Amino acid sequence: MDLEALVACFGSLACVVTQTTSGLIVGLLLFLVAAGLTLIFGVLKIVNFAHGTFYMLGAYIAYSVLRASGSYGLAVLAAGAAMAVFGVAFERFLIARVYGGNVLMQLLICYAVVLIFDDLVKLVWGADFHAMGMPDAFQRAPIFIAGGVVPPFYAGLIAVSLCLAALLGLGLGVTRIGKIITAAADNPQMVSALGINTTALFALVFGLGGGLAGLAGALAAPVRSLSPGMGFSVLIESFIITVIGGMGSIAGALLAAIGIGLLRGFGTIGFPLFTDGLIYAAMILVLLLRPSGLFGREMV
Amino acid sequence: MTKEGVCRRTVLTAGVASMISMPFVARGAGNAVRIGVPTVLSGPIALLGTSSRNALMLEADRINAGGGLAGRKIELIFQDGKAQPQETARIAREMINSGGCELLIDATPSSGAFAVQEVVRDLGVLCFHTGSETSSLTADPKLRAPTAFRCARQGVHDSIAGGAYLAQFASEHKFNKWATCSPDYAYGHDTTVQFLDFFRHFKPDIEIITQAWPKLGQPDLTEVITKLIQAKPQALFTLLYAGDLSAFINQGNVYALFGAMSVCTPNVDYPVLNAIKNLPDGIQSGTRYFEDFPALPANKAWGEAYRTRFGEYPTNWSWQSAASMMFLEAAAKKAGTADGKALVPVLSGLTIDCPFGVDGRITMRDDHTIIDYAIGWGHTIAKPPFITGVKAADWGQIIELETAWKKQQGYI
Repeated sequence: MDLEALVACFGSLACVVTQTTSGLIVGLLLFLVAAGLTLIFGVLKIVNFAHGTFYMLGAYIAYSVLRASGSYGLAVLAAGAAMAVFGVAFERFLIARVYGGNVLMQLLICYAVVLIFDDLVKLVWGADFHAMGMPDAFQRAPIFIAGGVVPPFYAGLIAVSLCLAALLGLGLGVTRIGKIITAAADNPQMVSALGINTTALFALVFGLGGGLAGLAGALAAPVRSLSPGMGFSVLIESFIITVIGGMGSIAGALLAAIGIGLLRGFGTIGFPLFTDGLIYAAMILVLLLRPSGLFGREMV
Repeated sequence: MTKEGVCRRTVLTAGVASMISMPFVARGAGNAVRIGVPTVLSGPIALLGTSSRNALMLEADRINAGGGLAGRKIELIFQDGKAQPQETARIAREMINSGGCELLIDATPSSGAFAVQEVVRDLGVLCFHTGSETSSLTADPKLRAPTAFRCARQGVHDSIAGGAYLAQFASEHKFNKWATCSPDYAYGHDTTVQFLDFFRHFKPDIEIITQAWPKLGQPDLTEVITKLIQAKPQALFTLLYAGDLSAFINQGNVYALFGAMSVCTPNVDYPVLNAIKNLPDGIQSGTRYFEDFPALPANKAWGEAYRTRFGEYPTNWSWQSAASMMFLEAAAKKAGTADGKALVPVLSGLTIDCPFGVDGRITMRDDHTIIDYAIGWGHTIAKPPFITGVKAADWGQIIELETAWKKQQGYI
């Protein structure tokens, strides 16, 4: 514990800017993964343990597309699109068969998919890690704001992630399909009774969730090591965010993700050996004080 | 489901599951010596396992082509312990108890090696640890197992060599404010403490102004990097390795970390350097495996043979694994048998001709750890051979300070 360093950091604008930016980027990338996770749970009540696999595949697809085309933008779009399609296929061919079934069966299917795709990634890309490297367009010196360091690539990531969060929020709140999804999360039987094609709706939700996770993987790929199983660590934190934010709440996921990011950013200064512990402690605290999460609805 | 309770789908599923769980086997002949190799073949440090596996296969083929171990062909059984101690220990035990393996080559990091050590102590089989650099594994007599040998560099050796080199580097550049960033497990903590002890021995006026401990395989190191930048050290010592080191360099580049401080690490391997798109010049780096150091024809030839066969550069773990096979070969030749228990007394104190020795020879000391392997430090450049200006460590100084350290720890 180094509270002196933490106090000194809060007393320095440069430190606050740097650590806040760092927290935002960590949090917003996690939000993109957690948003899909919470959306799927909210509508389908499926705890998608295979969600980290979408993130991993998104990163690998972006890596390959970038190598083939040289375009990072194309790589990100391709990863998002491919994982949206993958999400739909995953829902149609696997998850749809266990709706309303034993939760254990759902978990086993998800876990099997995780193991199968980890091994397929090994076969296709190899077991060793890969490094995508920074796209040429972002190879620029960091920007200094009030003495704090803000890398252009991360500033771009924050902007893209916030735009996606806003689009998602608007899409769910304003568009017809968004309202149907929101209604399905509240009362799927009623939505079905109104003649809405819930089969297509559920596939769409999985596609959206998969696409977001794929985008997150592609956006993070330039600065992370790509390795089989890389989705697992992201999955755990995404679940924590989903639990803190409230299962099924996009707004809750956004708030929790930013909170976790900032906790990491400043926690590493004040509690260098207990940063992960802080995150779990925050989760326990929220569960004790508000068991349904910050924005979750009380279970009846 | 059929009425009988077992349907075709169940049988197929069981069949596929058993195929997936089958270990990778590099086969020999009927009377072969089966060697179990628990290792890491997935996750961010899979490089450790894959590069160890390559080297072991290369050496096994060479030895088999020459008639095998005392006339018996070598058969290698590789299994992935996923860097989990319990899983690694389970695999190691099964390899001996039910897998028909006679001895083990434990190609796992310290997290797995300490677990395997207890299995070896229990079963009494010959074992080479080729991935663990945590000194206490063999230095501490309470932890040492009678039939286990470390065929890997040691943290204390690297700490002495690195401490001496970096003390000189720090004096030349007047760098007194340092930071450390190492993985948050036994190897990272123990070896950082050792390094700092020896660094201070050579340069007492250094100040450690901040320390960061990211988790092994932590995907996002952003907050660690910004913390280091905020602390404004003049230089950073890091023990991150493999995919974690690659991620650190890539993420550090984004923050221009390498312009803000000098970075020093003993853990830069060829494939890490090769995988980084924008490798910064001037990272002070230890030579994990380097074809040009020691500058011996046998070392160059071994590196080229590895690259020719596998299409990639060897790593530190590659030479360590290869050296374990060379020790095994030499011991079997001397003892006239491939029986593991008979080889134990032969291995203790054995010196072999080896391309990775500082003068072409490596000794397995009687405390079951190797000495006289090549340790050097230089600095990185962006293109092959990636490290230049290599200075060799002084093994006389290493042994002297290691002995003092062991006394201080109560090991001798």
